[in-house]
Amino acid sequence: MDINKNFFEFIGLPISFYIDQSELADRSLDLQKTLHPDRYAHLSEREQRLSVQYMSYLNEGVATLRSPLLRAQYLLLLQGIDTTSESSTPIDPMFLMQQMELRECLEEVPDQDDPFEALESLLAEVMSMLEALRNKFAQDYQSEAFAAATETVRKMQFLEKLVVEIERLEDKLDG
Amino acid sequence: MAYSEKVIDHYENPRNVGKMNDKDENVGTGMVGAPACGDVMRLQIKVSDKGIIEDAKFKTYGCGSAIASSSLITEWVKGMSLDEASELKNTTIAEELALPPVKIHCSVLAEDAIKAAVADYKEKQDK
Repeated sequence: MDINKNFFEFIGLPISFYIDQSELADRSLDLQKTLHPDRYAHLSEREQRLSVQYMSYLNEGVATLRSPLLRAQYLLLLQGIDTTSESSTPIDPMFLMQQMELRECLEEVPDQDDPFEALESLLAEVMSMLEALRNKFAQDYQSEAFAAATETVRKMQFLEKLVVEIERLEDKLDG
Repeated sequence: MAYSEKVIDHYENPRNVGKMNDKDENVGTGMVGAPACGDVMRLQIKVSDKGIIEDAKFKTYGCGSAIASSSLITEWVKGMSLDEASELKNTTIAEELALPPVKIHCSVLAEDAIKAAVADYKEKQDK
């Protein structure tokens, strides 16, 4: 065990955007069994502390690799690129225009005849855009086109935010 | 996190929300976004023949600080020349609204938006 390894190596998966989620679940379960602090109860304080560290590293790793956005951001981090703390970065104006329109569309959902259907179709549109971006990211990353991959992750961040907003409105309409 | 009174005022009563015709020759449009938080901001200015900003409109999808920053800047730029508007600094906005350090980037977004709007207007005039 070595927490200096990246999440992929630590968990035992190839460094790639494409991840077999059931394999991720299996491996994390195996590791949890091996690392669980209870197994170290009889050992020294130092080893117990290590086991707690491993567990928390494992949990963070699983959460990161499970989410497409966090996984993509992490893959870029491994290349020394951090897209999570950028404030104002030049973004393709056409893309921003589209983001504006999608958000305007969301804003008008409650006034539609059938708000649930309007919300459903908006969500479907956003999810298919996200899916396309995820595929593009995977290809760009694989072929080491990191600048393009970075741009794609930035776009994913806008769309993921929109998904959160859509879900929030869904809850509001339900309630 | 507690918002300052001024942020809350601009958030609850945003000034100059709206849209101008971006095909209009006298209108400059700035579109900016902050990928980290997913905020999107559109800021538009209407410029007189003498090069003075007559009107400004904005639409921001984002947090209270981003909305307040863009609302405030549309108030400020009215009556300014293009050069004066381009010289507006995010720190002035952040100070006026008493933004906490983690929200400074919202004022940066507003500064970038006004610069982008001025640039878009100038580009239209050069054509």
